[in-house]
Amino acid sequence: MVSFILRRLLVSVLILVAASFLMYVLVAYSADPLQDLTSSNSPNKEQLINARVQLLDLDVPPPLRWVLWLGGVAKCAIPFANACDLGSTVSNAQVVDILPGALAATVQLVTLALVLAILLGVMIGIVTALRQYSGLDNTVTFISFFLYSLPAFLVAVLLKEFVAIGFNNFLRDPVIGAIVALVIGLVMGAIWQSLLGGDAKRRLVVFLVSGAATASVLLLMSATNWFMNPGLGPIVIILVSAAIAFAVTLVLAGLRNRRAFITGGINAGIAIAGYFLLQPLFDVSSAGTLAILALVTLAVGAISGYLMGGYDRGQNIRVGMVTAGLCGAIVLLDRFMQSWGDLLEATNGRPIATVGSKTPGASGDVWLSGLDAFAHLTLPTIALLLISFAGYTRYSRAGMLEVLSLDYIRTARAKGLPERTVIMRHAFRNMLIPLTTLVAFDVGALLGGAIITEKVFAIPGMGNLFNQGLGRGDLNPVMGYFLIVAAMAITFNFLADMAYAGLDPRVRIR
Amino acid sequence: MSNQIQPTGLDETVIPTHVPESQGRLIWRRFVGNKVAVASVILIVVIIVFAIAAIGNGLIPGWWKFSYKELNPQVNRGDPTLSLVPVWLGGNGVSLGEHPFGQDRIGKDYFAMTMRGIQNSVLFMVVFGFIATFIGVVVGAVAGYYRGWVDAVLMRVTDVFIVIPALVIGAVVGHWLGSLGAPVLAIMLAFFSWMGIARLVRGEFLSLREREFVEAARVAGASDARIIFKHILPNAIGVVIVSATLIMASAILLETALSYLGYGIRSPDVSLGLLISANQSAFQTRPWLFWWPGVFIVSLALLVNFVGDGLRDAFDPRHRRFKLSKMRETRSEPELNA
Repeated sequence: MVSFILRRLLVSVLILVAASFLMYVLVAYSADPLQDLTSSNSPNKEQLINARVQLLDLDVPPPLRWVLWLGGVAKCAIPFANACDLGSTVSNAQVVDILPGALAATVQLVTLALVLAILLGVMIGIVTALRQYSGLDNTVTFISFFLYSLPAFLVAVLLKEFVAIGFNNFLRDPVIGAIVALVIGLVMGAIWQSLLGGDAKRRLVVFLVSGAATASVLLLMSATNWFMNPGLGPIVIILVSAAIAFAVTLVLAGLRNRRAFITGGINAGIAIAGYFLLQPLFDVSSAGTLAILALVTLAVGAISGYLMGGYDRGQNIRVGMVTAGLCGAIVLLDRFMQSWGDLLEATNGRPIATVGSKTPGASGDVWLSGLDAFAHLTLPTIALLLISFAGYTRYSRAGMLEVLSLDYIRTARAKGLPERTVIMRHAFRNMLIPLTTLVAFDVGALLGGAIITEKVFAIPGMGNLFNQGLGRGDLNPVMGYFLIVAAMAITFNFLADMAYAGLDPRVRIR
Repeated sequence: MSNQIQPTGLDETVIPTHVPESQGRLIWRRFVGNKVAVASVILIVVIIVFAIAAIGNGLIPGWWKFSYKELNPQVNRGDPTLSLVPVWLGGNGVSLGEHPFGQDRIGKDYFAMTMRGIQNSVLFMVVFGFIATFIGVVVGAVAGYYRGWVDAVLMRVTDVFIVIPALVIGAVVGHWLGSLGAPVLAIMLAFFSWMGIARLVRGEFLSLREREFVEAARVAGASDARIIFKHILPNAIGVVIVSATLIMASAILLETALSYLGYGIRSPDVSLGLLISANQSAFQTRPWLFWWPGVFIVSLALLVNFVGDGLRDAFDPRHRRFKLSKMRETRSEPELNA
């Protein structure tokens, strides 16, 4: 095991060094870092060129310059010395200093998109696998093929034009007409009935109920001017929390498991109580307070599940944590909504931004700045989500189908387990194992920044760093970008192998 | 299709008495039975032939009156003159008009530009796909067949290339060579995109080289090259063809993305991504400058993906992905998943 890790580490470092040489030489020969100076007509042109040649060692041929650069990188390996030297940009800024900011912007951008893509993709993949060859399955398959074939910039530009500008225009006069509400209701009804399935009568009931509910909620929201002054209010919070507890128990444990059901109920109750009691605390909260609250919420969920006991505490703990997390999120969402008015004011009534990562001058408490960041991240997140979502749907559908055809699933069914247990506890968990590889690859790749998404939405992340550096012929930031991306790819590849071996006892590390 | 004995849609395993079909015919029949894939092939061919016939290419003359380079006087503010609604339905009749896809801001004919963009995208896709597949097959075959240190060296080289993201290497190479046109760009990029196929082919070779027919060929005195190309490769051809098709679909998107970033094909030549990039700010005023290339990018990528999926079904019926019809009937095939 140890020898395996050491061997992998050594090989990885060698690969990294070789790849960096390839990249360095390619970029060095393709880019001209003096292009802006040679075309300038300032009087001290020669002097400026000389200064830059000195700064970037341009008089050294690229393969040798790579050795110098590698020497600077090697200093990073010295622990605690803080002696990293990745060179400087053409404008004499240290690459080491600009990398963390870019990485932070990228992490902020991709985290939510990745999490949502995984959750939605896996969920829809499983549902389509369970309803193989149904209308829903074929529709989702077609949509995911379509998303595969969409270039990222096309999605991004269309989102800008239709979602952002359309929604902002809508906010100018936020009234939903009866016909629009009816159409949306019909569409939602159709989606719900295909998701829930069943015989014709059940489908019809689901279609009518969900369609009518959607349409009437939309009309109610429109009538109460909800879009200008949104909020959930105590009644909706109580109803939604109860529904969450119910649904989580239904999926994770089954309603016949009384202890799990009670755990879910307790956590929903605590969340509702928290909604009434914590509002004064929320008003003075910072991001740190919220993080502590989130941890406390999850801990409460886990502890309540543990205390409920029973023959399967793990199940109770899962139900408790998921319910507590979701209900807590609802309470937070309500509080964020209360700051919506402030955001509208700060952005002149056009909250959904199409470029950048925050509104200049919109400073305020954690709620306003959080909402502002959210408004800026909405579009790029949707763009990234649509692109990676398709892959997860396909993979989890195929994985689920494969697992469901195995013998141990037949055994599980034959011994009389309920279908929920067969799917959630036997099939689902084993389906997730190959997915870890995909997730690890995706995390590694996405941390390199979505070059195109960042360009379209002008987000100062890693992709932007690379793109601008290459455009200006600026070698060192490009290499700094590459170093992070390559190291991430290798690390996550390695983690994927380790996780795979840990999760699947049939795989053994040599 | 014409001299086929069984009605389509029946399971292949129940063929009763006749001479068993060859593997190739079986695959061909499965592919032809997939309506989506066949329709996609036909549509792709139609698009390519139309794009070449319209404005010509090299020595081939085109029937369209404008070229993608010349400037024309503005007609009707550059609006598209294409009209598809017949008179008897209350429209202006079916006609192309002066500039069916409209004109761009300086008056170039947008129909000719879009057709040129399609030509470039398809040319890029085909050249890129063939070269990347060729390199991948050779590397994977040699590594998988010889194993040992050859395999180790080749796979470490593959790892080195795999660490660099495709878009990054594409941007660097495009920045360097983009102005030389689609074929040069495609060839250069293909040298950095063969790794996936190499890994797949290596895996196939590692398992196929242990089979009896390879042993038999070796005993009969066949050379290594003959065993690799005549005996093993035909058995691995399914994997190769399918991944070649899928890499072509991603090539379209790669080329458009590079052109969008400004590292791909440069003006005055035209590519679909470049058209969108040049005109995205004009979305409000001249949306057609955005829609025409967008429609063709998406349809080409989608159609090639469908073909790849159809091929995958045909070569490997266990991984059936997308078949709108006849799904339930063919289900009786044994599911032999490990």
